[in-house]
Amino acid sequence: MFESLTDKLDGIFRKLKGRGSLDEENIQSALKEIRMALLEADVNFRVVRDFIEDIRKRAVGQEVFDSITPGQQVVKIVHDRLTELMGGVSSRLKFGSRFPAPIMLVGLQGCGKTTTAVKLARLVAAQGKRVYLVSADVYRPAAMEQLKVLGGKIGAGIFAAAGLQDPIEICVQAVEEARRNGYEVIVVDTAGRLAIDAQMMDELKRIKAQINPSEILFVADAMTGQDAVNVAGRFDEQLGIDGVIMTKMDGDARGGAALSLKAVIGKPIKFVGVGEKIEALEVFHPERMASRILGMGDVLTLVEKARATVDEKEARDLEKKIRKNEFTLDDFRNQLTQIRKMGSLQDILGMIPGMKKIKALKEMTPDEGELVKVTAIIDSMTAKERRNHLIIDGSRRKRIARGSGTQIQDVNRLLKNYTEMRKMMKRMTKGGIKSLRRGNFFF
Amino acid sequence: MGQDNDNKGFFDRLKAGLAKTRKLLLTDVDDIILGSKEIDRALFEELEEALIVADVGPAFTGELIESLKEKVRRKELGSPEILRKVLRETMREILLKNEAPLKIPPDQIYTIMVVGVNGTGKTTTIGKLAHQLKGEGHEVMLVAADTFRAAAVEQLEAWAKRAEVPLIRQAPNADPAAVVYDALRSAKAGRPGVVIIDTAGRLHTKVNLMEELKKMRRIMGRELPGAPHEVLLVLDATTGQNAVVQARMFRDEIGVTGLILTKLDGTAKGGVVVRIARELNIPLRYIGVGEQVDDLRPFRAGEFVEALFAQNGR
Ligand SMILES: Nc1nc2c(ncn2[C@@H]2O[C@H](COP(=O)(O)OP(=O)(O)OP(=O)(O)O)[C@@H](O)[C@H]2O)c(=O)[nH]1
Ligand SMILES: [Mg+2]
Repeated sequence: MFESLTDKLDGIFRKLKGRGSLDEENIQSALKEIRMALLEADVNFRVVRDFIEDIRKRAVGQEVFDSITPGQQVVKIVHDRLTELMGGVSSRLKFGSRFPAPIMLVGLQGCGKTTTAVKLARLVAAQGKRVYLVSADVYRPAAMEQLKVLGGKIGAGIFAAAGLQDPIEICVQAVEEARRNGYEVIVVDTAGRLAIDAQMMDELKRIKAQINPSEILFVADAMTGQDAVNVAGRFDEQLGIDGVIMTKMDGDARGGAALSLKAVIGKPIKFVGVGEKIEALEVFHPERMASRILGMGDVLTLVEKARATVDEKEARDLEKKIRKNEFTLDDFRNQLTQIRKMGSLQDILGMIPGMKKIKALKEMTPDEGELVKVTAIIDSMTAKERRNHLIIDGSRRKRIARGSGTQIQDVNRLLKNYTEMRKMMKRMTKGGIKSLRRGNFFF
Repeated sequence: MGQDNDNKGFFDRLKAGLAKTRKLLLTDVDDIILGSKEIDRALFEELEEALIVADVGPAFTGELIESLKEKVRRKELGSPEILRKVLRETMREILLKNEAPLKIPPDQIYTIMVVGVNGTGKTTTIGKLAHQLKGEGHEVMLVAADTFRAAAVEQLEAWAKRAEVPLIRQAPNADPAAVVYDALRSAKAGRPGVVIIDTAGRLHTKVNLMEELKKMRRIMGRELPGAPHEVLLVLDATTGQNAVVQARMFRDEIGVTGLILTKLDGTAKGGVVVRIARELNIPLRYIGVGEQVDDLRPFRAGEFVEALFAQNGR
């Protein structure tokens, strides 16, 4: 989408002559860029303002070491601070000593509570606890049915609210039922509501008063904009939030709301939802979130995702190939297929540090829809051509275009992208995949 | 969910909805401009905050502010009142270019496909839209092509009952393209009318799911030339700058022909829609202002901006 922050800052600092230390003056335009990056990532305006002030204080006077550029130095300060602010994490759930321990999920409409309730129940069940589920959503059509179907998949107990219309009554009875049947934890899914809807907020307060949850978790959509602070603030004021779950993190939103929420509620972000599947709930990693907000790519997640999808040997082979510059068009296509398996291409590319650095990459990054075309083109090449792209001359290009139902320009572009990718991969893997894994790639 | 609203008439609710929108959208901007007598740095700073907090986006806000500053430098703007007028006009023009109510020709099968990321309000909006179109005298039929999410079909079924329109459905986990195919077949066999297709929420970054939508599109076009006649993208006003990415991806991949902005009854201001209008030029059709069946309003740029900047609109 745009150049990485590190690039921009390097650009700014390049104009400075000597190195020496960071001062009020030479840091000014850098802070402006950081501010823009944070706002673009949807961090709340006021949170950004305080954060920038904080960074100014921290950065000024710092010496710049020879080993890194001032741009990298500032990014590191920002990244570390973001990590620290969003950290203090504990993904542990408090259960207390009562049976069942009620965990209550609250949030706006459409933020993903129901799916998250079941994901959470699965996680708790995996810790060996017996889990019960209840939906207190009597408003949205088929909300209870949704919980029932999903909950059934993980084999959790589910409260049947047959005939009951009052959410408070439903919760009370469900807790009672859970206790009778020896469940240790009950996850309470509530209807989505606006924080300004007094009547609906009151309902939550009454549920809370009746069942006294051991945890109240605020579920927030990673795509949320500036309003996140208002909403979270109101929920927290009225209910007292114990933690946050960020959902839809498998998209490409930069997720600045995470920082805003942390700033407002001051409670840990415990989990993140990373997909529609019931297993797609992970613990929160502040340093990854920091990278993501800054648009810097997320090495660790990439490596993990890649590890889950591509088997180790394949990865090692690939690495060898790249190093020896033997990365063929076949590998290129396989890569693309792998990437499709892993999820969004943009996600993946965005996770590789340096990927966004290379301008040309913007054009060579096939947009998601183009993947199909790219595959078709490569499929229309002969095995020989795929092994050695250098032999693909004008007439071969024409034939390939015809064979794949594309234009010759498409073929040209693909070949250009491929060579570009080769060059870049070679540069990137100088230290090998292992250095990526150590996570010391940016600084 | 305002149960107490239930017995108010449509006009009360329209007015209430608009007043709410007016209050919650950019009136902050007016407060600021009217509150200060002079054009100074503080004014611009506060203006910037108001725009950014409304999710207009930092880059676009920067541009707006810069152009106002430039005009002040050139002495084209002398007072906060004129400044306010210019800002209002700028935003109104952008939105006006994209104000385009849905026009449905009579006596033909008119197909509407509703798409968007998870949880933006697609199904609810379809319920409201069905109710509205039926009220305007159209035959309406709903199609449950979200065969993926648990209980999505039951949810749409409840809305079909509420709006008193028929529903085409298949077993859960059926191929959505097959459901659509079925629906068009039966639409062609029946009376002409509007066919509204609910699709599963999907992140714009998921290749296979976007492909699935394309396939549905293709099948529709094959069964009925010109279909889908309208592809509505439903955006949640709570969403920040990612809404622009969503709109761009859905437009480029699926071919969106109209936008609906939901949840404007909340505290989120949905200002990102101005950026979308400017950068992507997608027609703005409706806004959603609640969860009840009549909480859907046509998008009106004039009204919208009037509401944003009304001097005594509260
Ligand atoms: N306050 C408010 N809530 C809304 C509005 N539109 C939809 N909702 C609520 O948002 C939630 C999600 O709405 P759905 O219609 O299920 O959204 P969807 O896009 O179909 O969701 P998926 O199919 O799961 O992707 C529900 O609780 C709706 O009642 C609106 O304009 N205002
Ligand atoms: Mg739906």
